[in-house]
Amino acid sequence: MKFDLRSILRSYGILIAFILLCIVISVLSPVFLTLTNVRNVIRQSSIYGIMAVGMTFVILTGGIDLSVGSILALAGAIAAGSLRAGVNLGLVIIVALAIGTGCGLVNGLFITIGGITPFVVTLGMMSIARGLTLIYTKGYPISGLQESFRFIGGGDILAIPFPIIVFILTVLIAWMILTQTRPGRYTYAIGGNEETVKLSGINSNLYKTIVYMISGIVSAISALILTSRLNSAEPVAGQGYELDVIAAVVIGGTSLMGGRGGVWGTLIGALLIGVINNGMNLLGISPYFQLVVKGLIIIGAVLLDRLRQEQA
Amino acid sequence: MCGISKSFPGVKALKNVDFDLLQGEVHALVGENGAGKSTLIKILAGVYKADEGEIWLKGRKISAADPRAMLDAGVSVIYQEVNLVPYLSVAENVFLGREPLRPSGLIDWKTMQTAVEKLLEPFKLSLNPFARVSTIGPAYQQVVEIAKALSLKADIIVMDEPTAPLTGSEVERLFEIIHSLKSNGVSIVYISHRLEELRQVADRVTVLRDGERIVTALLASLSIDEIIKCMVGRQLTEQYVKAGQPAHEEVLRVEGLSKQGVCSDVSFHLKRGEILGFAGLVGAGRTEIMQLIYGYKKKDAGRIFVNGREVAIRRTRDAVRNGIALIPEERKKQGLVLGLSVLDNSALTILDLHARLGFIRWRDISNLVREMVRNLGIRTPSLAQTVRNLSGGNQQKVVLAKWFLRRCDVYIFDEPTRGIDVGAKVEIYKLMDALAAGGAGIIMVSSDLLEVMNVPNRIAVVYDGRIVQEFRRGEATEEMVIGHALGLAAKGLEGASV
Repeated sequence: MKFDLRSILRSYGILIAFILLCIVISVLSPVFLTLTNVRNVIRQSSIYGIMAVGMTFVILTGGIDLSVGSILALAGAIAAGSLRAGVNLGLVIIVALAIGTGCGLVNGLFITIGGITPFVVTLGMMSIARGLTLIYTKGYPISGLQESFRFIGGGDILAIPFPIIVFILTVLIAWMILTQTRPGRYTYAIGGNEETVKLSGINSNLYKTIVYMISGIVSAISALILTSRLNSAEPVAGQGYELDVIAAVVIGGTSLMGGRGGVWGTLIGALLIGVINNGMNLLGISPYFQLVVKGLIIIGAVLLDRLRQEQA
Repeated sequence: MCGISKSFPGVKALKNVDFDLLQGEVHALVGENGAGKSTLIKILAGVYKADEGEIWLKGRKISAADPRAMLDAGVSVIYQEVNLVPYLSVAENVFLGREPLRPSGLIDWKTMQTAVEKLLEPFKLSLNPFARVSTIGPAYQQVVEIAKALSLKADIIVMDEPTAPLTGSEVERLFEIIHSLKSNGVSIVYISHRLEELRQVADRVTVLRDGERIVTALLASLSIDEIIKCMVGRQLTEQYVKAGQPAHEEVLRVEGLSKQGVCSDVSFHLKRGEILGFAGLVGAGRTEIMQLIYGYKKKDAGRIFVNGREVAIRRTRDAVRNGIALIPEERKKQGLVLGLSVLDNSALTILDLHARLGFIRWRDISNLVREMVRNLGIRTPSLAQTVRNLSGGNQQKVVLAKWFLRRCDVYIFDEPTRGIDVGAKVEIYKLMDALAAGGAGIIMVSSDLLEVMNVPNRIAVVYDGRIVQEFRRGEATEEMVIGHALGLAAKGLEGASV
């Protein structure tokens, strides 16, 4: 295991903020620290937290993926539609994951071979996938899904909600990939200096494409969880999720310039956003106001990171 | 290794150039910027594809030359721009693309560490294999690049301006390393603008000019003057332009300039028409001192007088308003907006002077810029040309144009001739001299010892954030300047071997 003081410090800064926030909210609202509420917060965080794990890969290469919310909607809608058509559950899951991965592949190909900036490609994909969802659903929710599917979003294993287990597994696997495998290290290397990666005889286009596929597949995982939980695929599902997802990554200390950061920060970032949402709900603060606060926190997190960089 | 022959008629970057490299030799490749050295190297590395010509390695013809294939064939290039990944560790950079794996497919850190330690051993330096590359100095980064090449079992290593970021003792260390590589049968292509170094390392030299090979010969058979003549195609009358006699009028005075951890109590003065050189090692604080004067970084203490009047410089804007210009060290990063045109770049400093009611008067500005481009001899097809596409020397001149247009009293040049060829250097000396003759005061920070000893009227030697000694031109020997730059004189060790 490698030990990196600065990245640990960076994560700890957020961790301290996170713990302080939890203390403040639990003082203000006695409901906050109850088991039911904590489970709820983490379960809700899981959905965009899982997506944020994929986004961490993308941002580490210096890219961005704006299409995650739309990919979620498309994968969710087609999964729900297939279930209603009587397709076997295992196959439905595979189809959903394939759709997510496929969207990511398209993103990756346009970015690498097409040479278009990630912002533009994924902005386009954001619209395309949303449009396809609306075409497929004709604008109506697809609901009333079979009981066995409900487990994904609502089931427990040893009293732990299944989405939380998936979230934790995603983080662990991602951490493993990022720190212990070549594709993971190349993800960092591409964000740090892509030219060098190319000159080292590494097919950087391949690894850049892979990160968008990872982002796509985790969006599809979240799609299954969300659709199962709501027992319905909404055509507008996941709208605006890219904000929370990118926020979780950035708050978690991953640099938008690429090359620096990691998935543990993203975990804390996702939980922090969950706690803010939940805490403000508990305190009866208007959801409109919540958006403002979230925006301020994103900017504040990056500002803090920058100040810390300057000191170093 | 047989002969490499290739031509590149489409782009005219290389015209039917032959180049051969013997086992265990150091072959210097020299030429002005734009002569085709980089193109040749990139073809050898498989980055570019030659239009015509063939590459032969050890008697075998290389058919498909891509970066991977050439690496596998034992060709390793250390590019001029440091090509490391800043946030990865030393070990990971050395093994980038070839990480040792455990049977499980995970990266084998232990093996990696042992291998890197073994590679670094001959360099005799303490470098943690898991230190991030962004935290180690440029000399160490160079070492990491060499270690990387060695780990590739390269028998051909190309070094593009390896000594540019290095200080004197580090250069010596590098030469030792090169000699030991040589004796192990490694062949080295050595590209450098510092011709005086070549004699210490190279066996043969090839001179390129305008994409053509002018000569390949034993280095011992050519004098530096002859090499220069081949490079520029004409005899340079003199390599350095010595600054003329300064006036008496003082244009800049700095008193007690200090900043924690950067410099302490720096005081000096500069007369109109004078060129003041700042010598010292990389990291001695020369660039930082200039940035403090210019208001780019905040100073803790110190007073600055321009034309005898004290001025408050808190930000760069204040410096420019008071007639101080800074031509920064890294022209691509700090001096130019690479994606903008020659016109836009040159006009950046004078937009405020040529506007009416907030609207820019482009006609006036383009006339001024056109004239300046002509005066400075900037080779560009048009003012609309993107600066990125100009050669290094011409880019540097655009930075100059930008400041000359502003008509400042004090020009601070930070490493003005780094990475540019001999011909362009002389032109820049001449421009500095013309500025001085026009009444401006000039500060020239330079790590090129001969240059800083020969061009300026006076030299201030900086060591550890302080000016430790001042010399008039001709007063000091090279050894004296180096001694002070190393801080030896300060410790009473003058005359110690350096």
